[in-house]
Amino acid sequence: MELLLDSLFNGVAIGSVLLVAALGLAIVFGLMGVINLAHGELMMLGAYTTYVTQLIFKLPILKPFYNSYIIVSIFLAFIVSGVVGILLEKTIIRKLYGSPLETLLATWGVSLILQQFVRSVPLAYGTGLVISLIIGLFLPTTFSSKIKESINFKYFKFSSWILAALTGVLTGGVISSTVSKLSRASARNVDVTAPSWMRGQVEILGTAFPKTRLMIIVITLISVIAITLFLNQSAWGMRIRAVTQNRQMSDCLGISTEKVDIITFGIGSGLAGVAGVAVSLLGSVGPNVGGNYIVGCFMVVVLGGVGNLLGTVLASFGIGIMTDLIGAGRLLSIWPDMPLPLSNTINFFATTSMARVMIFALIVIFLQFKPTGLFPQKGRMVEN
Amino acid sequence: MSLSKFKFDKRIVLSFWIILIALIIAAPTLLPVFRLNLLGRYLSLSIVALGVDLIWGYTGLLSLGQGIFFALGGYCAAMYLQITSSSEFPNNIPEFFALYGVEKLPFFWEPFKSPIFTFFAIWIIPALVAGLIGFLVFRNRIKGVYFSILTQASLLVFFNFFNGQQKLINGTNGLKTDVTQLFGQMVGSESMQRIFFWITAILVIATWFFAKWVVRGRFGNILIGIRDDEPRVRFTGYNPVIFKTIVFSIAGGLAGISGALYTVQSGIVSPQFMTVPFSIEMVIWVAVGGRGTLLGAILGAVFINYAKSLVSEALPASWMFIQGGLFILVVTALPEGVLGWIQGDGPRNLLQRFGLKRKIETYPSLEVNNQEGNNE
Repeated sequence: MELLLDSLFNGVAIGSVLLVAALGLAIVFGLMGVINLAHGELMMLGAYTTYVTQLIFKLPILKPFYNSYIIVSIFLAFIVSGVVGILLEKTIIRKLYGSPLETLLATWGVSLILQQFVRSVPLAYGTGLVISLIIGLFLPTTFSSKIKESINFKYFKFSSWILAALTGVLTGGVISSTVSKLSRASARNVDVTAPSWMRGQVEILGTAFPKTRLMIIVITLISVIAITLFLNQSAWGMRIRAVTQNRQMSDCLGISTEKVDIITFGIGSGLAGVAGVAVSLLGSVGPNVGGNYIVGCFMVVVLGGVGNLLGTVLASFGIGIMTDLIGAGRLLSIWPDMPLPLSNTINFFATTSMARVMIFALIVIFLQFKPTGLFPQKGRMVEN
Repeated sequence: MSLSKFKFDKRIVLSFWIILIALIIAAPTLLPVFRLNLLGRYLSLSIVALGVDLIWGYTGLLSLGQGIFFALGGYCAAMYLQITSSSEFPNNIPEFFALYGVEKLPFFWEPFKSPIFTFFAIWIIPALVAGLIGFLVFRNRIKGVYFSILTQASLLVFFNFFNGQQKLINGTNGLKTDVTQLFGQMVGSESMQRIFFWITAILVIATWFFAKWVVRGRFGNILIGIRDDEPRVRFTGYNPVIFKTIVFSIAGGLAGISGALYTVQSGIVSPQFMTVPFSIEMVIWVAVGGRGTLLGAILGAVFINYAKSLVSEALPASWMFIQGGLFILVVTALPEGVLGWIQGDGPRNLLQRFGLKRKIETYPSLEVNNQEGNNE
């Protein structure tokens, strides 16, 4: 019983990391059909946001609130990755709708640039740049409609970008002069230390669970619930679903598909940022941290079926539990006296990397029977 | 609108070939050893690029897993070299086995004692693996981005497998070839490297002709048909699965040859050949050179790698930015690649922009063809 609980918890923990990482991808890929290979790097930005937030909360003014930095960083990471995602959509991806392979290559280029960016630009100025992006993109939308409709709106827009740039440079300068760790560029990995209330373990039914893992499960749970509510209950969620089902018809009915695209992509990227916070709790954060998750995320989406969050949830927990079962060789402890060839095979696959090999083989076998995943979209098209 | 638009004089073609062959023969004396070795390596990479062009440029299958077949070819060649030059080590097996306490050659390496078997294994094994992966994927009509994702995932699987198996293939460390012997000569020696360079150059040309032969005629037409409208090909009575599997295993075999040549010239094969970035780089060589133009794949592979080594020598940090920028630029601004741009309407449009050429008012290809009197 204890063993089963332990195994289940481990599996759920692995699965929830996969799920929170794949959630944003499932939205962007499932709803928009866009392959975003920079998704891992958006996660990385989220992880670095956590790191920067942590250092800023160590400043004397914010020191009393230090313990709550992780909660703040979840929101900040959502905003940072979301804004970078929106910028990506506005500049590159918008031009490539309908040609997924090209999108794939372009976003790979973006991911290379982002990786090198965190290596060679000091994090303080990186923060400044992101802040100026946030101001520049969002300030014009807060103007009253009278200004928006006037001919001089472009001058307003232009001046708000100048304001944004100035603020960005100023914040960058202030941060780099106050937090010495952020003032120099470095390719080295950094560590996020969990606040004291998240360290240690909790005992449930006689088994000890690390608190950080529980925190990740909570983050995942909240993200899934929030996104489900958003898609099913809010007006924009309804528009997003409408555009997913029939883009042209939605356009005809007066839904601004352009806005829907931006919002969808922004939310998907923001969720990547939230995943970054979760990932930063697990190990050290480096430029390559996103690359470790991206393929696993895609496998979750492929296995779960496109355009269905339930499939994504089931697929990630399924993969998580299977990884734990195979990778830790748990079948052997459940059934100790199995025949020798079988136990040898299980031992052969009982490492993390070999478990991946096995999982992939299982996924390929599964796709032989259900090529479109667990919950395929129904349709009568030749191409789907 | 293809290469056939340019009808070169026979004498020009002949003199081009003579110059090319003279250059290849003279290259070892013209270039310093280091540069010659680099050129040889990049030429061998252009063979895998030709394979990528066949499957992506002509058939529309974007594989992000060509590194698997590349590395398989490399491992076949390296293991043969290791086994044949292991006579002075204990148990007559390659040195690294002793580190992990392996006393007997694993059974699947036994056939690699024979040079003839190895010669065929280098391209047949990758081709078979590619055929198997391809068949399993294509059979279910998995295509487009799903195919790309699955190939990338299988790349990762192979990487994990090779990385973790110390006892069978020396894991992360890979297999070294430069101190091994081939026909009584050291593989890393200058004279051997020169021979490898010539072999590579000849094979690149041979592969180019082979690829041209593949894309010509009905087979090539079906490939292009699959790329442009697969359901229509299926409804016309062809089975796209077979054609896709064949062309994918051809590309796999080419990748294997390329990997073997690259391995003997770089002196090592390791799981690093199966990393995700390397396989995507192969795609960008073709994309920059011009997909669907075989020459573009060769030129792209050689020039981008050459630029990479020059830039990395001068400014190590900036290559990632340049490469990332290349990906974005090629996709958004130059979707046909450099060679495709030259062969298409690119130069004409550029001249028109500066007012150096008369503007075409109607559909361009119509007027161009009428002017030159050659309707394709």
